[in-house]
Amino acid sequence: MHECPVCEAEVTISADPVEGELLECEECGIELEILALDPITLGEAPDAEEDWGE
Amino acid sequence: MRVGFLHSLIRRDEKLLIAELRRRRDMEIVFLDDRRLVFDLETRPPVDLVLERSINHSRAMHALRLFEGVGTACVNAYEVARRCGDKILTAASLRDHGVPQPEVRIAFTPESALAAVEELGYPAVLKPAVGSWGRLLSRVNDRDAAETVLEHKAILGSYHHSIFFVQQYVEKRGRDIRAFVVGDECVAAIYRTSDHWITNTARGGRASNCPVTPDLAGISLRAAQAMGGGVLAVDLFETGGGFLVNEVNYTMEFRNSIDVTGVNIPERIVSYLRRAVP
Ligand SMILES: Nc1ncnc2c1ncn2[C@@H]1O[C@H](COP(=O)(O)OP(=O)(O)OP(=O)(O)O)[C@@H](O)[C@H]1O
Ligand SMILES: [Mg+2]
Ligand SMILES: [Zn+2]
Repeated sequence: MHECPVCEAEVTISADPVEGELLECEECGIELEILALDPITLGEAPDAEEDWGE
Repeated sequence: MRVGFLHSLIRRDEKLLIAELRRRRDMEIVFLDDRRLVFDLETRPPVDLVLERSINHSRAMHALRLFEGVGTACVNAYEVARRCGDKILTAASLRDHGVPQPEVRIAFTPESALAAVEELGYPAVLKPAVGSWGRLLSRVNDRDAAETVLEHKAILGSYHHSIFFVQQYVEKRGRDIRAFVVGDECVAAIYRTSDHWITNTARGGRASNCPVTPDLAGISLRAAQAMGGGVLAVDLFETGGGFLVNEVNYTMEFRNSIDVTGVNIPERIVSYLRRAVP
């Protein structure tokens, strides 16, 4: 089980997680990033910057 | 073949590419997180090719230049990223290659920009030269609005917001087109439909399949070639007089376009990588 570092709700992680993966906490809506895989560590994802995009 | 996967945050698009790379027996992924890289101008990364999927334009562009500097092939190439990432360079490249686009004006002061808007007529669209996802775009319907936006940009923005890129507003009846180009093929296209004049899917535009007609494929490939070619998403408007190319994106987002087009876009991208290694 993985906990949202912000609201402590349970966060579901895909079967094939990768470092740097972006996910959203379904409870509080915050964007999270998988910081490490072993063990899985979650942190708040960085805010979008002006030059982000396609 | 070792594929360097240049990234920062990994979104669904990147996950789909990673899954596709992992499916291939002859490909191995080397993750290159742009937040951890240090370049020394000499060391070659242990890869045959870099696939650029970074969410930051400045990081992507500089990293591509540095990788190419030590002889590593990149998809997309540095020059392509540079041209696509800056709407002024995009407009100039499209014009160099005779690809039709909306009327544009570029100006460097609020006063000259206002004159440019007045010359194009209303409504006009002001865009940051560097930026994406439809952010900080303004449609100005009259002189008062133009003056206000230009003053705000000049006073509140950083220096690059005083490089003014102005486009004629194209009446597009609620939708525009995004065409996906992979190498020398236009593999798929979608309509992006919205009640808002900004139709990006990142801003709530709905994606639906758009048939790739010979005309659409033709102009999309010409636009991609004008930028230097590679894996590119070409945004277009349909007008009575034919298609106009609005812009070209070099780190294309395709996650909302696979189901609606029925085309496995990440599979097409990964297959292209073999052809991109010299
Ligand atoms: N000149 C214009 N006339 C009419 N609509 C426009 C015009 N320019 C932009 N738009 C609308 O705004 C959307 C975003 O514009 P544009 O693609 O130039 O910005 P962007 O921030 O680079 O977006 P992205 O990189 O995500 O495609 C377009 O998809 C289109 O719907
Ligand atoms: Mg863009
Ligand atoms: Zn939460």
